[in-house]
Amino acid sequence: MGTFVFLYFAAVIVMAASLVVVLRNPIYSALSLLVMFFHVAGLYVTLHAEFLAAIQIIVYAGAILVLYLFVVMLLNVKRDERYNRQGTVALFLGVVLLTEAVLLAVSRGFTVATPDPGPEGAARAVGNTESIGEVLYSTYLFPFEIASLILLVAMIGAVILSKKGIMG
Amino acid sequence: MSVPVEFYMVLSGLVFIIGLVGVLVRKNLIIILLSIELMLNATNINFVAFSSHFGNLAGQVFVFFALTVAAAEVAVGLAIIIALYRHHASINVDDFRLLKW
Repeated sequence: MGTFVFLYFAAVIVMAASLVVVLRNPIYSALSLLVMFFHVAGLYVTLHAEFLAAIQIIVYAGAILVLYLFVVMLLNVKRDERYNRQGTVALFLGVVLLTEAVLLAVSRGFTVATPDPGPEGAARAVGNTESIGEVLYSTYLFPFEIASLILLVAMIGAVILSKKGIMG
Repeated sequence: MSVPVEFYMVLSGLVFIIGLVGVLVRKNLIIILLSIELMLNATNINFVAFSSHFGNLAGQVFVFFALTVAAAEVAVGLAIIIALYRHHASINVDDFRLLKW
């Protein structure tokens, strides 16, 4: 049952991601990305990361994608531009990288170390949001503050960049 | 956990490759930014899968930081796109040779 649910989510995620790249109209690409975000959130729920699923929907689907759609509709680009012409280089690099990946996976063995089941039960008992909050505000307090600084810098940068007359 | 973590790794790799191809192949600047979002999401899937696999919440905390970086990147990137469009009336990457040697 769990595998079936995972396969559904994975299939929709891969298809929506492909549509983002393939589709011609940027609005459809953004909407396809929205579908993908929702299914990634569903995947998080199956992984017992409920808080992250909520954050994924609120921040990605609610904030970031609205920003994208806003800009797409603001610019209103109708011209039909498509793919770069770099087929031979892409084919060569793709074959090399694929061979390398397959060789690595075969030689090293495609397995992951089994976990020690100790701390998982403890983290589950409290609840996802509370345990994340504890880790975030104790162990990762300094990176958390740095993240707020990044957001401040991005905000100021976005305001200055989109001011009129910035580029000469 | 019923689904093996290798499945999540394969899914994450697929999504990452799709995003990478999108960045390399498309000419529309907005689609390129969307493809970067795809790649960030692929790493997030991996983070959460391993966090659940190893029972360590650090992975989920790192998704928060990736989310912060994604939000900052979108804000600045879209501001740059708007500035470029105002100046050149185009968002096709082939039209911009300012930094090309």
